[in-house]
Amino acid sequence: MIATSADGVLAEIHRAEWGRLLASLVARTRRLDLVEDALSEAFARAAARWPTDGVPDRPAAWLYTTAYRQVLGRLRGEAMAGRKAPLLATGLGWEPPPAEPDALGDERLDLILLCCHPALQPESRSALALRLVIGTPTEEIARLFLVKTATMAARLTRAKKKIVQAGIPLSAPVGEELDRRLDEVCRTIYLAFTAGYTPGSGNDLLRADVAGEAVRLAWTLYHLVPRSPQARNLAGLLALQHARRDARVSAGRLVTLADQDRARWRHDEIAAAIATLDAKATASADGYAEELRLQARIAAAHATASVAADTDWGHIAECYERLELVTGSPVVRLNRAVAVAESAGPDAGLRLLDGLDDALPTSHRLPAVRAELARRSGDAERARAELDTAISRCANSVEVAHLEERRRSLDAPHESG
Amino acid sequence: MKYFLLLASEAAEYGPWEGRTPESQEEEMAKHFAFGEACEAAEGVEFVSGEALGDGSMATTMRVVDGEHTITDGPFAEAAEQIGGFYVLEAPSLDVVVELAKILPGYDIDIRPVMDVG
Repeated sequence: MIATSADGVLAEIHRAEWGRLLASLVARTRRLDLVEDALSEAFARAAARWPTDGVPDRPAAWLYTTAYRQVLGRLRGEAMAGRKAPLLATGLGWEPPPAEPDALGDERLDLILLCCHPALQPESRSALALRLVIGTPTEEIARLFLVKTATMAARLTRAKKKIVQAGIPLSAPVGEELDRRLDEVCRTIYLAFTAGYTPGSGNDLLRADVAGEAVRLAWTLYHLVPRSPQARNLAGLLALQHARRDARVSAGRLVTLADQDRARWRHDEIAAAIATLDAKATASADGYAEELRLQARIAAAHATASVAADTDWGHIAECYERLELVTGSPVVRLNRAVAVAESAGPDAGLRLLDGLDDALPTSHRLPAVRAELARRSGDAERARAELDTAISRCANSVEVAHLEERRRSLDAPHESG
Repeated sequence: MKYFLLLASEAAEYGPWEGRTPESQEEEMAKHFAFGEACEAAEGVEFVSGEALGDGSMATTMRVVDGEHTITDGPFAEAAEQIGGFYVLEAPSLDVVVELAKILPGYDIDIRPVMDVG
């Protein structure tokens, strides 16, 4: 019984306190390369000892002190080996600090900004933030990005070394620079999230469970900087998209939004996301915050339609129109055309696709969408030709099969129209 | 920490030094002086050294091939043709160096920590 409760306490502290403990240790020792291993070791010791010794009065402080002593031990080792430990000279004492849990402070925002520093490789940033800020295990991060665990471990080690050796500081910038850096942090978290929804193979078709770690990181960021519109809009957007996870795969196949079983959406999460967004997200922002706000409103319009036919496509089309103004992206225009076709008919959608070919010369989605809209407006000949183009451009076997099925159904008159 | 800043001048906002008006050369130099002053003023920063270098056409490359020293016309890499100068600073962090380097003319700059091998 004691064991169960000790395990439970430890798991809860890992979930809630890992990032704060790690950030405090980095702030005090500046040795990111040693801190993560030391904190992992402290958790391992707690797992071994607490079930028999009992849980300490202040468990987080116990973990902090244990990890801190580990780092000091390593530094002493370096000094004894005659190797340089230059950071010892910057005021790091030999005695552990008084580890009052409340006196630890919260340097997690600095830590997130450190992990997403522009001097680090883009592919390392989100991995580092997941590992250091919320404690996602390395093998899970590797699964998220579809690489081997050893590859991910090496990537994380390289990034930590770069931070220490290049002297990237644990200190948040202020003013406009902070705003710019927060944009980058939000882009980084968004990329990590979408990685989980990039089709993999076999049982790991989607990795929604690890994508959930990116959602957790987005909420952490939002709670640290609640006044940052980009952080709020990102948290709301990711929560809305992630709430559909259980309905996105069925019998080993991806299910499109229109065909998803909406009873399987997480309606409590949708409500929480919309409450967060509605507080402020009706007012327009600027820059990346505005992009996220519009995407979140589109996601909210889908999430609040109880059946696909109830979707407010007119509102979604308006959001895409503004999003196209903000981003100038041809992909946004393609999505806008789909929304306009739903609200104003296929011909209006087709007109919006005119002139996109130069911007998207290799896209299979452009001819695929054109084919669908041509079919709906009764032009089966054009639909066939566009589908042929789409099939020739598409590299993903699952999607090719889907396109070929649509091509066949065009030839069978009883299935079309 | 000590940082080494390597400046690539060809990519600069001003273009090559030769064949420019005295005014634009002065403007470029003024930014270097402003950088030096900002380094002196910044907390925890010490200006260690800095020099302008002759361009790639003046470089001589020395290599050891099969145990023999060989001397050829340089530089040793195409990109090294553009190296126009360097600075060495003592600074508390990368971010401090980046902020100071923004004062310099718009060169491509590589910032590297100086490793302590003592």
